Amino acid sequence: MTGSTEPTDRRIGALARFLPVGDTAFAVEFGDRIAPEINALVHRAAAVLAEAAPEGMVETVPSFRSLLVNYDPRATSAATLQRVLGDLDLGETVQGELQRIWRIPVLYGGEAGPDLDAVASATGLSSDEVITRHSGEVYRVYVQGFLPGFAYLGDIVPELDLPRLTTPRVRVPPGSVAIAQRMTGIYPVASPGGWRLLGNTPVRLFDPTQSPPTLFAPGDGVRFVPVDAQSHAAIQRKVAEGAYVPDQEGAA
Amino acid sequence: MTVRLRFTQPGPQTSVQDLGRTGFQAYGVPVCGALDPVALRLANALVGNAETLAALECRLAGPHFTVEGGTARLAVAGADVTIDVTFEGETRRFPAWRAIDVPADASVRVGALSRSGCAVLAVAGGIEVPVVLGSRATDLKGGFGGYQGRPVGSGDVLPVGPTSPHGRCLELPSPPELSASGPLRVVLGPQSEAFTEEGIATFLGSTYRVSRDADRMGMRLDGPPLAFRVSADIVSDGIANGSIQVPGSGLPIVLLADHQTIGGYAKVATVISSDLPAAGRLLPGAELRFTSVSVEEAEVARRTLEDDISRLIASFVPVREAAHVDEAALLTENLISGVVSAWESE
Repeated sequence: MTGSTEPTDRRIGALARFLPVGDTAFAVEFGDRIAPEINALVHRAAAVLAEAAPEGMVETVPSFRSLLVNYDPRATSAATLQRVLGDLDLGETVQGELQRIWRIPVLYGGEAGPDLDAVASATGLSSDEVITRHSGEVYRVYVQGFLPGFAYLGDIVPELDLPRLTTPRVRVPPGSVAIAQRMTGIYPVASPGGWRLLGNTPVRLFDPTQSPPTLFAPGDGVRFVPVDAQSHAAIQRKVAEGAYVPDQEGAA
Repeated sequence: MTVRLRFTQPGPQTSVQDLGRTGFQAYGVPVCGALDPVALRLANALVGNAETLAALECRLAGPHFTVEGGTARLAVAGADVTIDVTFEGETRRFPAWRAIDVPADASVRVGALSRSGCAVLAVAGGIEVPVVLGSRATDLKGGFGGYQGRPVGSGDVLPVGPTSPHGRCLELPSPPELSASGPLRVVLGPQSEAFTEEGIATFLGSTYRVSRDADRMGMRLDGPPLAFRVSADIVSDGIANGSIQVPGSGLPIVLLADHQTIGGYAKVATVISSDLPAAGRLLPGAELRFTSVSVEEAEVARRTLEDDISRLIASFVPVREAAHVDEAALLTENLISGVVSAWESE
Protein backbone atom coordinates (compact mmCIF):
# COMPACT_ATOMS: atom_id res chain seq x y z
CA MET A 1 0.00 0.00 0.00
CA THR A 2 1.40 3.35 -0.99
CA GLY A 3 -1.55 5.25 0.44
CA SER A 4 -0.19 5.32 3.96
CA THR A 5 2.82 7.38 2.90
CA GLU A 6 0.83 10.06 1.10
CA PRO A 7 0.91 13.46 2.77
CA THR A 8 -2.86 13.29 3.24
CA ASP A 9 -2.30 10.72 5.97
CA ARG A 10 -2.31 12.89 9.07
CA ARG A 11 -1.82 10.15 11.63
CA ILE A 12 1.12 10.64 13.98
CA GLY A 13 2.49 7.29 12.84
CA ALA A 14 2.71 8.57 9.27
CA LEU A 15 4.15 11.98 10.13
CA ALA A 16 6.72 11.14 12.80
CA ARG A 17 9.27 8.57 13.84
CA PHE A 18 9.58 7.16 17.34
CA LEU A 19 12.99 7.23 19.03
CA PRO A 20 13.89 5.28 22.20
CA VAL A 21 14.53 7.30 25.39
CA GLY A 22 14.93 4.63 28.05
CA ASP A 23 11.94 2.88 29.62
CA THR A 24 10.04 5.96 30.83
CA ALA A 25 9.90 8.03 27.65
CA PHE A 26 10.20 8.07 23.89
CA ALA A 27 10.57 10.86 21.37
CA VAL A 28 8.08 11.53 18.60
CA GLU A 29 10.16 13.33 15.99
CA PHE A 30 8.48 15.28 13.20
CA GLY A 31 11.62 16.61 11.52
CA ASP A 32 15.18 17.67 12.07
CA ARG A 33 15.08 21.45 11.77
CA ILE A 34 13.58 24.58 13.23
CA ALA A 35 10.57 25.55 11.15
CA PRO A 36 7.15 26.90 12.10
CA GLU A 37 5.30 24.14 10.19
CA ILE A 38 7.21 21.34 11.98
CA ASN A 39 6.81 23.07 15.34
CA ALA A 40 3.06 23.40 14.70
CA LEU A 41 2.84 19.60 14.28
CA VAL A 42 4.62 19.13 17.62
CA HIS A 43 2.22 21.38 19.51
CA ARG A 44 -0.77 19.92 17.71
CA ALA A 45 0.38 16.41 18.67
CA ALA A 46 0.79 17.53 22.29
CA ALA A 47 -2.78 18.83 22.31
CA VAL A 48 -4.21 15.72 20.62
CA LEU A 49 -2.34 13.50 23.03
CA ALA A 50 -3.48 15.47 26.06
CA GLU A 51 -7.05 15.06 24.80
CA ALA A 52 -6.65 11.33 24.20
CA ALA A 53 -4.92 10.85 27.58
CA PRO A 54 -3.85 7.27 26.86
CA GLU A 55 -3.44 4.98 29.85
CA GLY A 56 0.02 5.27 31.43
CA MET A 57 1.04 8.53 29.76
CA VAL A 58 2.49 10.92 32.36
CA GLU A 59 3.22 14.13 30.46
CA THR A 60 4.70 15.38 27.21
CA VAL A 61 7.54 17.82 26.56
CA PRO A 62 7.17 19.68 23.28
CA SER A 63 10.30 21.10 21.68
CA PHE A 64 11.16 22.53 18.24
CA ARG A 65 10.71 19.40 16.17
CA SER A 66 9.82 16.60 18.55
CA LEU A 67 7.57 15.66 21.41
CA LEU A 68 8.95 13.70 24.35
CA VAL A 69 6.28 11.40 25.71
CA ASN A 70 6.87 10.39 29.33
CA TYR A 71 5.11 7.25 30.50
CA ASP A 72 4.88 5.07 33.55
CA PRO A 73 6.32 1.65 32.69
CA ARG A 74 4.28 0.19 35.58
CA ALA A 75 1.08 1.09 33.73
CA THR A 76 1.94 0.65 30.05
CA SER A 77 4.80 -0.03 27.65
CA ALA A 78 6.46 1.98 24.91
CA ALA A 79 5.16 -0.46 22.30
CA THR A 80 1.55 -0.16 23.51
CA LEU A 81 1.63 3.63 23.72
CA GLN A 82 3.29 3.97 20.32
CA ARG A 83 0.53 1.86 18.75
CA VAL A 84 -2.10 4.14 20.29
CA LEU A 85 -0.25 7.31 19.31
CA GLY A 86 0.53 6.15 15.84
CA ASP A 87 -3.19 6.01 15.03
CA LEU A 88 -4.05 9.46 16.40
CA ASP A 89 -5.00 11.85 13.63
CA LEU A 90 -3.60 15.39 13.72
CA GLY A 91 -6.16 16.59 11.20
CA GLU A 92 -5.54 19.81 9.34
CA THR A 93 -2.60 21.20 11.28
CA VAL A 94 -1.80 24.64 10.00
CA GLN A 95 0.88 26.95 11.20
CA GLY A 96 -1.86 29.32 12.20
CA GLU A 97 -2.14 32.91 13.25
CA LEU A 98 -0.27 33.85 16.40
CA GLN A 99 -2.72 33.60 19.29
CA ARG A 100 -1.67 36.71 21.20
CA ILE A 101 1.12 39.15 20.58
CA TRP A 102 2.74 40.34 23.80
CA ARG A 103 4.50 43.72 23.92
CA ILE A 104 7.52 43.25 26.19
CA PRO A 105 9.29 46.43 27.38
CA VAL A 106 13.09 46.26 27.14
CA LEU A 107 15.81 48.56 28.39
CA TYR A 108 18.55 48.02 25.81
CA GLY A 109 22.32 48.41 26.35
CA GLY A 110 24.37 49.58 29.29
CA GLU A 111 24.36 47.36 32.36
CA ALA A 112 21.03 45.91 31.25
CA GLY A 113 22.51 44.72 27.95
CA PRO A 114 26.27 44.37 28.34
CA ASP A 115 26.76 42.67 24.94
CA LEU A 116 24.88 45.23 22.84
CA ASP A 117 27.97 47.11 21.70
CA ALA A 118 29.92 43.92 21.00
CA VAL A 119 27.00 42.58 18.94
CA ALA A 120 27.00 45.87 17.05
CA SER A 121 30.69 45.68 16.20
CA ALA A 122 30.52 41.95 15.37
CA THR A 123 27.66 42.56 12.92
CA GLY A 124 28.90 45.87 11.53
CA LEU A 125 25.72 47.61 12.65
CA SER A 126 25.38 50.52 15.04
CA SER A 127 23.95 49.77 18.49
CA ASP A 128 20.76 51.61 17.52
CA GLU A 129 20.46 49.50 14.38
CA VAL A 130 20.78 46.34 16.46
CA ILE A 131 17.96 47.58 18.69
CA THR A 132 15.83 48.51 15.68
CA ARG A 133 16.27 45.07 14.12
CA HIS A 134 15.75 43.15 17.34
CA SER A 135 12.60 45.11 18.25
CA GLY A 136 11.34 45.22 14.67
CA GLU A 137 9.98 41.67 14.49
CA VAL A 138 7.19 39.66 16.02
CA TYR A 139 8.65 36.40 17.32
CA ARG A 140 6.99 33.03 17.59
CA VAL A 141 7.09 31.10 20.89
CA TYR A 142 8.54 27.85 19.56
CA VAL A 143 9.06 26.07 22.83
CA GLN A 144 9.59 26.65 26.52
CA GLY A 145 12.31 24.93 28.44
CA PHE A 146 15.92 24.80 29.53
CA LEU A 147 14.85 27.01 32.46
CA PRO A 148 11.37 27.38 33.96
CA GLY A 149 9.58 29.83 31.68
CA PHE A 150 12.44 30.31 29.24
CA ALA A 151 10.83 30.70 25.81
CA TYR A 152 12.74 30.16 22.59
CA LEU A 153 11.58 32.97 20.32
CA GLY A 154 12.29 33.01 16.62
CA ASP A 155 13.41 33.84 14.19
CA ILE A 156 15.65 36.88 14.51
CA VAL A 157 16.89 38.58 11.35
CA PRO A 158 19.92 36.93 9.71
CA GLU A 159 22.12 40.02 10.32
CA LEU A 160 22.00 39.31 14.07
CA ASP A 161 22.83 35.61 13.73
CA LEU A 162 25.85 35.13 16.00
CA PRO A 163 27.05 32.01 17.81
CA ARG A 164 26.76 31.67 21.57
CA LEU A 165 29.57 33.15 23.67
CA THR A 166 32.59 30.85 23.75
CA THR A 167 32.72 31.26 27.54
CA PRO A 168 29.25 31.31 29.06
CA ARG A 169 28.58 33.73 31.91
CA VAL A 170 28.42 32.16 35.35
CA ARG A 171 25.39 34.26 36.20
CA VAL A 172 22.96 35.94 33.85
CA PRO A 173 20.58 38.27 35.74
CA PRO A 174 16.84 37.53 35.57
CA GLY A 175 15.01 39.47 32.88
CA SER A 176 18.02 39.52 30.56
CA VAL A 177 16.96 39.69 26.91
CA ALA A 178 19.43 37.73 24.84
CA ILE A 179 20.17 36.34 21.39
CA ALA A 180 21.93 33.25 20.06
CA GLN A 181 21.98 32.16 16.43
CA ARG A 182 18.47 32.78 15.04
CA MET A 183 16.77 32.75 18.47
CA THR A 184 16.05 35.32 21.11
CA GLY A 185 14.86 34.76 24.64
CA ILE A 186 14.48 36.15 28.14
CA TYR A 187 16.20 34.59 31.16
CA PRO A 188 13.31 34.22 33.66
CA VAL A 189 15.58 33.39 36.61
CA ALA A 190 19.27 33.92 37.36
CA SER A 191 21.25 31.24 35.59
CA PRO A 192 24.52 30.51 33.88
CA GLY A 193 24.16 31.27 30.20
CA GLY A 194 26.00 31.70 26.92
CA TRP A 195 23.57 33.90 25.01
CA ARG A 196 24.49 37.52 24.17
CA LEU A 197 22.72 40.01 26.40
CA LEU A 198 21.09 42.96 24.62
CA GLY A 199 18.85 44.32 27.36
CA ASN A 200 16.59 43.67 30.30
CA THR A 201 12.86 43.44 30.85
CA PRO A 202 11.13 43.76 34.22
CA VAL A 203 8.28 41.49 33.04
CA ARG A 204 7.82 38.36 35.10
CA LEU A 205 7.74 35.32 32.86
CA PHE A 206 7.55 32.56 35.43
CA ASP A 207 5.50 32.44 38.62
CA PRO A 208 5.32 29.05 40.31
CA THR A 209 2.29 30.17 42.35
CA GLN A 210 0.21 30.48 39.16
CA SER A 211 -1.13 27.73 36.93
CA PRO A 212 -0.02 27.75 34.21
CA PRO A 213 3.18 29.14 35.69
CA THR A 214 4.35 30.94 32.55
CA LEU A 215 3.18 34.12 30.83
CA PHE A 216 3.77 32.83 27.31
CA ALA A 217 2.15 29.84 25.63
CA PRO A 218 3.06 28.04 22.42
CA GLY A 219 1.51 29.87 19.50
CA ASP A 220 1.97 33.26 21.16
CA GLY A 221 3.90 36.06 19.53
CA VAL A 222 6.30 38.44 21.25
CA ARG A 223 7.41 41.93 20.24
CA PHE A 224 10.15 43.74 22.16
CA VAL A 225 9.46 47.42 22.79
CA PRO A 226 12.44 49.68 23.66
CA VAL A 227 11.91 51.75 26.83
CA ASP A 228 14.14 54.13 28.76
CA ALA A 229 15.60 53.54 32.20
CA GLN A 230 12.86 55.55 33.90
CA SER A 231 10.03 53.51 32.35
CA HIS A 232 11.94 50.29 33.06
CA ALA A 233 12.20 51.24 36.73
CA ALA A 234 8.52 52.26 36.87
CA ILE A 235 7.41 48.93 35.36
CA GLN A 236 9.74 47.08 37.70
CA ARG A 237 7.95 48.66 40.67
CA LYS A 238 4.56 47.66 39.28
CA VAL A 239 5.79 44.09 38.70
CA ALA A 240 7.02 43.92 42.29
CA GLU A 241 3.54 44.98 43.44
CA GLY A 242 2.01 42.31 41.24
CA ALA A 243 0.20 45.02 39.32
CA TYR A 244 1.65 44.66 35.85
CA VAL A 245 0.51 42.63 32.89
CA PRO A 246 2.20 43.43 29.59
CA ASP A 247 0.07 44.82 26.75
CA GLN A 248 -1.14 42.68 23.90
CA GLU A 249 -1.18 43.93 20.37
CA GLY A 250 -4.60 44.49 18.93
CA ALA A 251 -6.24 43.80 22.29
CA ALA A 252 -9.19 45.98 23.13
CA MET B 1 1.01 21.26 68.81
CA THR B 2 2.45 19.95 65.67
CA VAL B 3 5.89 18.43 65.37
CA ARG B 4 8.72 20.56 63.99
CA LEU B 5 12.39 19.91 63.26
CA ARG B 6 14.81 22.70 64.23
CA PHE B 7 18.11 22.37 62.37
CA THR B 8 21.36 23.12 64.15
CA GLN B 9 23.55 21.74 61.34
CA PRO B 10 21.88 21.05 58.02
CA GLY B 11 24.53 18.79 56.47
CA PRO B 12 26.31 19.54 53.17
CA GLN B 13 23.10 19.64 51.12
CA THR B 14 19.86 18.63 52.74
CA SER B 15 16.77 19.43 50.73
CA VAL B 16 13.08 18.59 50.83
CA GLN B 17 12.24 16.09 48.08
CA ASP B 18 9.36 13.88 47.08
CA LEU B 19 8.70 11.79 43.97
CA GLY B 20 8.98 14.93 41.82
CA ARG B 21 7.02 17.56 39.99
CA THR B 22 5.36 16.08 36.94
CA GLY B 23 3.02 17.84 34.56
CA PHE B 24 4.90 21.11 34.07
CA GLN B 25 7.87 20.17 31.93
CA ALA B 26 6.15 21.74 28.94
CA TYR B 27 6.65 25.07 30.77
CA GLY B 28 10.32 24.36 31.36
CA VAL B 29 9.82 23.20 34.95
CA PRO B 30 12.16 20.32 35.84
CA VAL B 31 10.85 17.24 37.64
CA CYS B 32 13.36 17.29 40.56
CA GLY B 33 12.48 14.84 43.35
CA ALA B 34 14.66 12.34 45.19
CA LEU B 35 17.83 11.17 43.46
CA ASP B 36 17.15 7.75 44.97
CA PRO B 37 13.37 7.30 44.78
CA VAL B 38 13.65 3.74 46.08
CA ALA B 39 15.21 5.05 49.31
CA LEU B 40 12.42 7.65 49.53
CA ARG B 41 9.71 5.03 49.13
CA LEU B 42 11.30 2.70 51.68
CA ALA B 43 11.92 5.49 54.21
CA ASN B 44 8.32 6.67 53.87
CA ALA B 45 7.03 3.12 54.24
CA LEU B 46 9.15 2.57 57.37
CA VAL B 47 7.43 5.48 59.14
CA GLY B 48 3.97 4.58 57.82
CA ASN B 49 3.73 7.36 55.24
CA ALA B 50 2.25 7.20 51.77
CA GLU B 51 5.14 7.00 49.32
CA THR B 52 4.28 10.41 47.88
CA LEU B 53 5.00 12.38 51.06
CA ALA B 54 7.99 14.69 51.22
CA ALA B 55 11.15 13.79 53.12
CA LEU B 56 14.67 15.13 53.48
CA GLU B 57 17.33 14.10 51.03
CA CYS B 58 20.80 14.20 52.59
CA ARG B 59 24.03 14.30 50.60
CA LEU B 60 27.33 12.95 51.98
CA ALA B 61 26.34 13.53 55.61
CA GLY B 62 23.13 13.95 57.49
CA PRO B 63 21.74 16.88 59.45
CA HIS B 64 21.62 17.66 63.15
CA PHE B 65 18.29 18.83 64.51
CA THR B 66 16.08 18.91 67.54
CA VAL B 67 12.53 17.67 67.62
CA GLU B 68 9.90 20.08 68.91
CA GLY B 69 6.21 19.91 69.67
CA GLY B 70 5.77 16.17 70.04
CA THR B 71 7.22 12.78 69.23
CA ALA B 72 8.65 12.34 65.74
CA ARG B 73 8.84 8.92 64.18
CA LEU B 74 11.68 8.99 61.67
CA ALA B 75 13.72 6.64 59.51
CA VAL B 76 16.76 6.94 57.28
CA ALA B 77 17.07 4.79 54.17
CA GLY B 78 19.38 4.65 51.19
CA ALA B 79 22.78 4.64 52.90
CA ASP B 80 24.48 3.16 55.91
CA VAL B 81 24.65 5.78 58.58
CA THR B 82 24.45 6.16 62.34
CA ILE B 83 21.72 8.18 63.96
CA ASP B 84 22.53 9.50 67.44
CA VAL B 85 19.56 10.49 69.53
CA THR B 86 20.27 12.50 72.67
CA PHE B 87 17.54 12.92 75.25
CA GLU B 88 18.02 14.27 78.75
CA GLY B 89 21.76 13.97 78.50
CA GLU B 90 21.82 10.41 77.30
CA THR B 91 22.81 9.43 73.77
CA ARG B 92 21.74 6.26 71.99
CA ARG B 93 22.87 5.20 68.58
CA PHE B 94 20.60 3.70 65.93
CA PRO B 95 21.21 2.36 62.42
CA ALA B 96 19.47 3.25 59.16
CA TRP B 97 16.62 1.18 57.72
CA ARG B 98 14.41 1.31 60.80
CA ALA B 99 11.93 3.66 62.36
CA ILE B 100 12.86 5.48 65.57
CA ASP B 101 10.50 7.35 67.87
CA VAL B 102 12.21 10.53 69.00
CA PRO B 103 10.55 12.47 71.83
CA ALA B 104 10.13 16.23 71.89
CA ASP B 105 13.27 18.11 72.94
CA ALA B 106 15.56 15.26 71.91
CA SER B 107 18.35 16.09 69.48
CA VAL B 108 19.23 13.95 66.50
CA ARG B 109 22.57 13.73 64.71
CA VAL B 110 22.62 11.84 61.43
CA GLY B 111 26.24 10.98 60.64
CA ALA B 112 28.32 10.62 57.49
CA LEU B 113 26.78 8.44 54.79
CA SER B 114 28.53 5.32 53.66
CA ARG B 115 27.94 3.11 50.63
CA SER B 116 25.97 5.93 48.96
CA GLY B 117 26.24 9.66 48.37
CA CYS B 118 22.60 10.28 49.21
CA ALA B 119 20.09 9.08 51.77
CA VAL B 120 16.52 9.93 52.65
CA LEU B 121 15.28 10.85 56.11
CA ALA B 122 11.52 10.46 56.35
CA VAL B 123 9.33 11.63 59.20
CA ALA B 124 5.88 10.24 59.92
CA GLY B 125 3.43 12.83 58.54
CA GLY B 126 5.94 14.03 55.97
CA ILE B 127 7.78 17.33 55.76
CA GLU B 128 4.88 19.69 55.38
CA VAL B 129 6.14 22.52 53.20
CA PRO B 130 3.66 24.09 50.75
CA VAL B 131 2.81 22.22 47.57
CA VAL B 132 4.05 24.22 44.57
CA LEU B 133 2.93 23.09 41.10
CA GLY B 134 1.78 19.77 42.45
CA SER B 135 4.88 18.84 44.46
CA ARG B 136 6.86 19.65 47.58
CA ALA B 137 10.21 18.93 45.88
CA THR B 138 12.84 21.65 46.06
CA ASP B 139 13.81 23.09 42.69
CA LEU B 140 17.22 24.35 43.75
CA LYS B 141 17.96 26.04 40.45
CA GLY B 142 14.53 27.60 40.00
CA GLY B 143 14.52 28.61 43.66
CA PHE B 144 11.01 27.37 44.50
CA GLY B 145 9.34 24.41 46.16
CA GLY B 146 10.71 22.65 49.22
CA TYR B 147 11.73 24.92 52.07
CA GLN B 148 11.94 28.42 50.56
CA GLY B 149 13.33 26.98 47.33
CA ARG B 150 16.73 26.24 48.83
CA PRO B 151 18.67 23.64 50.80
CA VAL B 152 17.91 23.47 54.51
CA GLY B 153 20.11 25.83 56.55
CA SER B 154 21.12 26.21 60.18
CA GLY B 155 18.30 27.62 62.26
CA ASP B 156 15.55 26.54 59.86
CA VAL B 157 12.44 25.06 61.43
CA LEU B 158 10.60 22.59 59.20
CA PRO B 159 7.01 21.61 59.94
CA VAL B 160 5.96 17.97 60.00
CA GLY B 161 2.50 16.95 58.85
CA PRO B 162 -0.09 15.84 61.38
CA THR B 163 0.10 12.19 62.27
CA SER B 164 -0.06 9.98 65.30
CA PRO B 165 2.49 7.23 65.00
CA HIS B 166 1.02 4.09 66.41
CA GLY B 167 2.19 0.57 66.86
CA ARG B 168 5.76 -0.50 67.16
CA CYS B 169 8.54 0.90 65.01
CA LEU B 170 9.28 -1.14 61.90
CA GLU B 171 12.61 -2.18 60.50
CA LEU B 172 13.84 -3.66 57.25
CA PRO B 173 15.69 -6.85 58.18
CA SER B 174 17.68 -7.16 54.93
CA PRO B 175 18.42 -3.76 53.37
CA PRO B 176 18.98 -3.76 49.61
CA GLU B 177 22.46 -4.00 48.14
CA LEU B 178 23.56 -0.41 47.45
CA SER B 179 26.86 -0.72 45.64
CA ALA B 180 26.22 -1.15 41.93
CA SER B 181 27.38 -4.69 41.31
CA GLY B 182 27.42 -4.47 37.54
CA PRO B 183 27.39 -1.88 34.79
CA LEU B 184 24.57 0.66 34.59
CA ARG B 185 22.04 -0.53 32.05
CA VAL B 186 21.12 1.92 29.28
CA VAL B 187 18.89 2.03 26.24
CA LEU B 188 20.79 3.49 23.28
CA GLY B 189 19.25 6.58 21.69
CA PRO B 190 17.56 8.89 20.91
CA GLN B 191 20.56 10.36 19.06
CA SER B 192 22.89 7.35 18.98
CA GLU B 193 23.14 7.93 15.24
CA ALA B 194 25.02 11.19 15.95
CA PHE B 195 27.97 9.02 17.02
CA THR B 196 30.30 6.85 14.96
CA GLU B 197 30.15 3.10 15.50
CA GLU B 198 33.48 3.44 17.19
CA GLY B 199 32.01 6.16 19.44
CA ILE B 200 29.25 3.80 20.58
CA ALA B 201 31.81 1.02 21.12
CA THR B 202 33.90 3.43 23.22
CA PHE B 203 30.84 4.30 25.30
CA LEU B 204 29.90 0.67 25.97
CA GLY B 205 33.44 -0.64 26.28
CA SER B 206 35.11 1.86 28.59
CA THR B 207 35.28 2.52 32.29
CA TYR B 208 34.23 6.05 33.23
CA ARG B 209 34.77 7.93 36.43
CA VAL B 210 32.35 10.39 38.04
CA SER B 211 34.08 13.79 37.99
CA ARG B 212 33.95 16.42 40.72
CA ASP B 213 31.44 18.21 38.56
CA ALA B 214 28.47 16.21 39.76
CA ASP B 215 25.30 17.45 41.39
CA ARG B 216 21.57 16.82 41.39
CA MET B 217 21.37 18.07 37.82
CA GLY B 218 23.91 15.68 36.37
CA MET B 219 27.22 13.88 36.59
CA ARG B 220 30.04 14.70 34.22
CA LEU B 221 32.13 11.63 33.53
CA ASP B 222 35.87 11.39 32.87
CA GLY B 223 37.16 8.77 30.48
CA PRO B 224 37.63 8.18 26.77
CA PRO B 225 35.66 10.69 24.62
CA LEU B 226 33.01 9.51 22.15
CA ALA B 227 33.50 10.26 18.47
CA PHE B 228 30.71 12.12 16.63
CA ARG B 229 29.77 11.63 13.01
CA VAL B 230 29.46 15.39 12.54
CA SER B 231 28.95 17.30 15.74
CA ALA B 232 27.47 17.26 19.23
CA ASP B 233 24.86 19.88 18.41
CA ILE B 234 21.27 18.95 17.71
CA VAL B 235 18.10 20.98 17.51
CA SER B 236 17.14 21.06 21.20
CA ASP B 237 14.71 18.37 22.25
CA GLY B 238 13.22 16.88 25.41
CA ILE B 239 15.36 15.21 28.06
CA ALA B 240 14.30 12.26 30.20
CA ASN B 241 15.60 11.42 33.63
CA GLY B 242 18.76 9.38 33.05
CA SER B 243 19.47 10.73 29.57
CA ILE B 244 23.18 10.78 28.79
CA GLN B 245 24.08 13.83 26.76
CA VAL B 246 27.45 14.31 25.15
CA PRO B 247 28.70 17.84 24.49
CA GLY B 248 31.54 18.72 22.12
CA SER B 249 34.17 17.38 24.53
CA GLY B 250 32.85 13.87 23.79
CA LEU B 251 32.58 13.16 27.53
CA PRO B 252 29.17 11.87 28.67
CA ILE B 253 27.00 13.65 31.23
CA VAL B 254 24.36 11.55 33.01
CA LEU B 255 21.38 13.80 33.65
CA LEU B 256 19.67 13.32 36.99
CA ALA B 257 16.57 14.55 38.81
CA ASP B 258 17.14 18.32 38.41
CA HIS B 259 17.98 18.10 34.70
CA GLN B 260 16.76 20.81 32.37
CA THR B 261 13.65 19.94 30.36
CA ILE B 262 15.21 20.34 26.91
CA GLY B 263 18.76 20.44 25.66
CA GLY B 264 20.84 20.89 22.52
CA TYR B 265 23.46 18.17 22.82
CA ALA B 266 23.19 14.72 21.28
CA LYS B 267 22.10 12.03 23.73
CA VAL B 268 23.81 8.70 23.24
CA ALA B 269 21.63 6.66 25.64
CA THR B 270 19.35 6.74 28.66
CA VAL B 271 19.97 5.00 31.99
CA ILE B 272 16.99 2.70 32.60
CA SER B 273 14.64 3.64 35.43
CA SER B 274 15.48 0.64 37.60
CA ASP B 275 19.19 1.58 37.56
CA LEU B 276 18.71 5.33 38.06
CA PRO B 277 18.72 5.12 41.87
CA ALA B 278 22.15 3.46 41.64
CA ALA B 279 23.34 6.32 39.41
CA GLY B 280 22.01 8.82 41.94
CA ARG B 281 24.07 7.20 44.72
CA LEU B 282 27.42 7.55 42.92
CA LEU B 283 30.04 9.85 44.38
CA PRO B 284 32.78 11.77 42.57
CA GLY B 285 35.61 9.34 41.85
CA ALA B 286 33.31 6.31 41.50
CA GLU B 287 33.97 4.15 38.45
CA LEU B 288 31.18 2.94 36.22
CA ARG B 289 30.54 1.12 32.99
CA PHE B 290 27.50 0.96 30.73
CA THR B 291 25.76 -1.94 29.09
CA SER B 292 23.02 -1.72 26.49
CA VAL B 293 19.58 -3.32 26.84
CA SER B 294 16.37 -3.07 24.81
CA VAL B 295 13.37 -0.98 25.85
CA GLU B 296 11.47 -4.22 26.53
CA GLU B 297 14.25 -5.54 28.76
CA ALA B 298 14.31 -2.20 30.60
CA GLU B 299 10.55 -2.38 31.16
CA VAL B 300 10.90 -5.90 32.56
CA ALA B 301 13.74 -4.73 34.82
CA ARG B 302 11.50 -1.97 36.16
CA ARG B 303 8.73 -4.44 36.96
CA THR B 304 11.31 -6.61 38.75
CA LEU B 305 12.42 -3.60 40.80
CA GLU B 306 8.79 -2.84 41.70
CA ASP B 307 8.38 -6.45 42.86
CA ASP B 308 11.58 -6.12 44.91
CA ILE B 309 10.28 -2.94 46.57
CA SER B 310 6.96 -4.58 47.40
CA ARG B 311 8.80 -7.61 48.81
CA LEU B 312 11.05 -5.37 50.93
CA ILE B 313 8.08 -3.48 52.33
CA ALA B 314 6.27 -6.76 53.04
CA SER B 315 9.36 -7.94 54.93
CA PHE B 316 9.23 -5.11 57.49
CA VAL B 317 9.09 -6.42 61.05
CA PRO B 318 8.59 -4.60 64.34
CA VAL B 319 11.94 -3.81 65.94
CA ARG B 320 12.57 -6.21 68.76
CA GLU B 321 12.40 -3.45 71.37
CA ALA B 322 8.95 -2.01 71.87
CA ALA B 323 8.71 1.58 70.72
CA HIS B 324 5.48 3.02 71.96
CA VAL B 325 4.64 6.62 71.51
CA ASP B 326 4.19 7.55 75.14
CA GLU B 327 7.30 9.06 76.59
CA ALA B 328 7.65 6.68 79.50
CA ALA B 329 7.80 3.79 77.11
CA LEU B 330 10.16 5.69 74.85
CA LEU B 331 12.53 6.31 77.68
CA THR B 332 12.47 2.88 79.14
CA GLU B 333 12.18 0.73 76.08
CA ASN B 334 13.21 2.56 72.96
CA LEU B 335 15.91 4.96 73.95
CA ILE B 336 17.17 3.40 77.12
CA SER B 337 17.15 -0.26 76.25
CA GLY B 338 18.22 0.68 72.74
CA VAL B 339 18.94 -1.68 69.93
CA VAL B 340 21.93 -3.92 69.51
CA SER B 341 23.79 -1.42 67.38
CA ALA B 342 23.18 1.30 69.93
CA TRP B 343 26.14 -0.05 71.80
CA GLU B 344 28.39 -0.56 68.83
CA SER B 345 30.93 2.19 69.18
CA GLU B 346 32.07 5.49 70.62
